[in-house]
Amino acid sequence: MKMTARFLARLTRPKNDGRLHWAVWVLLGILLAVMPWIIAAGFGNTWLRILNFALLYVMLALGLNIVVGFAGLLDMGYIAFYAVGAYLWALLASPQFGLHWPIWAILPLGAALAGLFGVLLGAPTLKLRGDYLAIVTLGFGEIIRIFLNNLNAPVNITNGPQGISAIDAVHFGSVSLARPIDLGIVTIPSLVAFYYLFLIAAMAIIGIAMRLERSRVGRAWAAIREDEIAAKACGINTRNVKLLAFAMGATFGGVAGGLFAGFQQFVSPESFGLLESVMVLCMVVLGGMGHIPGVIFGALLLTLLPEIFRQIAGPIQLSLFGKIYVDPESLRMLLFGLSLVLVMRYRPGGLWPSPQHQREIDDAQHVDAPPAVPVHHR
Amino acid sequence: MDIFLQQIINGLVLGSIYALVALGYTMVYGILGLINFAHGEVVMVGALVAYSVMTALLPTGLPPVLLALLALLVAAPVCMALAWAIERYAYRPLRHAPKLAPLISAIGVSILLQNLAMMIWGRSYHAFPDILPPIHYDIGGAQITLLQVATIVLATGTMAALVWLIQRTAMGQAMRATAENPAIAELMGIPINRIIMLTFIIGAALAALAGLMVGANYSVAHYYMGFMLGLKAFTAAVLGGIGNITGAMLGGLLLGLIESLGGGYIEDLTGGFLGSNYQDIFAFLVLIGVLVFRPGGLMGERVSERA
Repeated sequence: MKMTARFLARLTRPKNDGRLHWAVWVLLGILLAVMPWIIAAGFGNTWLRILNFALLYVMLALGLNIVVGFAGLLDMGYIAFYAVGAYLWALLASPQFGLHWPIWAILPLGAALAGLFGVLLGAPTLKLRGDYLAIVTLGFGEIIRIFLNNLNAPVNITNGPQGISAIDAVHFGSVSLARPIDLGIVTIPSLVAFYYLFLIAAMAIIGIAMRLERSRVGRAWAAIREDEIAAKACGINTRNVKLLAFAMGATFGGVAGGLFAGFQQFVSPESFGLLESVMVLCMVVLGGMGHIPGVIFGALLLTLLPEIFRQIAGPIQLSLFGKIYVDPESLRMLLFGLSLVLVMRYRPGGLWPSPQHQREIDDAQHVDAPPAVPVHHR
Repeated sequence: MDIFLQQIINGLVLGSIYALVALGYTMVYGILGLINFAHGEVVMVGALVAYSVMTALLPTGLPPVLLALLALLVAAPVCMALAWAIERYAYRPLRHAPKLAPLISAIGVSILLQNLAMMIWGRSYHAFPDILPPIHYDIGGAQITLLQVATIVLATGTMAALVWLIQRTAMGQAMRATAENPAIAELMGIPINRIIMLTFIIGAALAALAGLMVGANYSVAHYYMGFMLGLKAFTAAVLGGIGNITGAMLGGLLLGLIESLGGGYIEDLTGGFLGSNYQDIFAFLVLIGVLVFRPGGLMGERVSERA
């Protein structure tokens, strides 16, 4: 027992260069690989579905993290890019227009289109102050949703509020992930196959995000986030670099959107409301802005916790009061709002902040920058 | 011609409501440089409280105008108390925090209020009782109701009173000084915390009035109504030049006219391709247009960069 504990401690302790032991990665890999089987057997397909959605949200949160966490630009309409990716898939691979394009054509196209929308939105607004940006992006998200909702007349493109159904599931050649895949030795159920696909996509996005953070561009983003004027003085083309942040973040959203449409096989404007944008923002902020493990943690927490909550809140009220007083759904949003306020007040770096960010916050409390409004502290 | 005139009248009514809400945004922004994201929700709470008071007192048989007055007398203090709590607990502790923090906190408050309202008043649309008898006046082929006249007159009167308060009283002078430079204002002996709080509370009182007007004019109150209204009022404030009181009024009226005329004529302009269900888009187009071409707004002198 003691031996195992010591072994585990040695494994998880970072080496001098801050990297973990390779065995940890192997164990993590095995765990991630067998996870869907365990969950499907132990908790049923509902939870496996939820896990798949959690992976989609990890991708979305990492995309938004580039914009909000790395570059410090508050984007309140991020879900619009998710919508662009999802609707592109829905239009190019469904009976709506009779098109059935393959995944390697749609996904890059969706990413590119979302990126283009990111640039279109960013170009006129990025030279403005941060809080204006929040409002404009919020408005942009609403505009996209209004168009999706209304573009069924006079030419029916999006099928309006009914949404588009019977979308092709993700398929590679004749192998469709919507049906169990028979590999001879084992048969992979559809949900597990989607899990692996999403896991690979999420891994790729995590990898890209980590490389981006340490790249030249990533350092430029951090510089802009900390002090835009100083960054400009150092010769950074702030407008282009910010545009790049917007485009990169949007691209991730587009990919996640496409996968969502290919998984759900149904899209409607309802899935892309402001609350979804706020939810993804919550994941980034609560997890820890700019800290990739924190953001992943935030995304998993905020997808899984409400589901657990949903299963528990109703029965608890029933057993305590004999009837359901508060709809668990609105209670969930209520707690989101409350947690945003509380986290900003007591843990501004998020639940799992990056060590560097935490240091800066601590510093800021000692060395006081000239405050905008001086106040008496009681 | 009469349709044009009718849209102008509708636009003025809508615009004077926007102006009242926009004042709340612009006053807070002028002093703290903060977009008070929850302001729209305060309007919503005002409307719903007024609705509850009026429906509760309806069986007493009091004249509707008196009911409306009572509703306002309840709704305004509720909104003011709400604004006090928001400022005290969600914004004040964050004044020294990094610049995104107060904004995110404000979004949190907004979600919180929306869902609280949904728990209290439910998801359904509530039909607002009639305040004034449905009397019409004809002006050059267009119709204006007594309620619309009352709305415009009351909004104008309130705004005039606000301008007087800010320009002519000692309290207004203190507010202007705080907006100009809080540090020096404090050195001059101005209790800036109290002044900031007062600004929030005055904004909330205007919001309660605006909430009652929205309910009365569009006969409906709903937990989600504050969001769009708040966004548009903010747009109006930006259009007029954020931080500028007169600008907010002008911006509100202008935005109301743009929306009303745009919504009325969009079908003709686009050859029937876009219908009046795109009306909500105008506000955002105006917002983006102003921010790109004249970030200071129509009457603002301060330029956008104040990092």
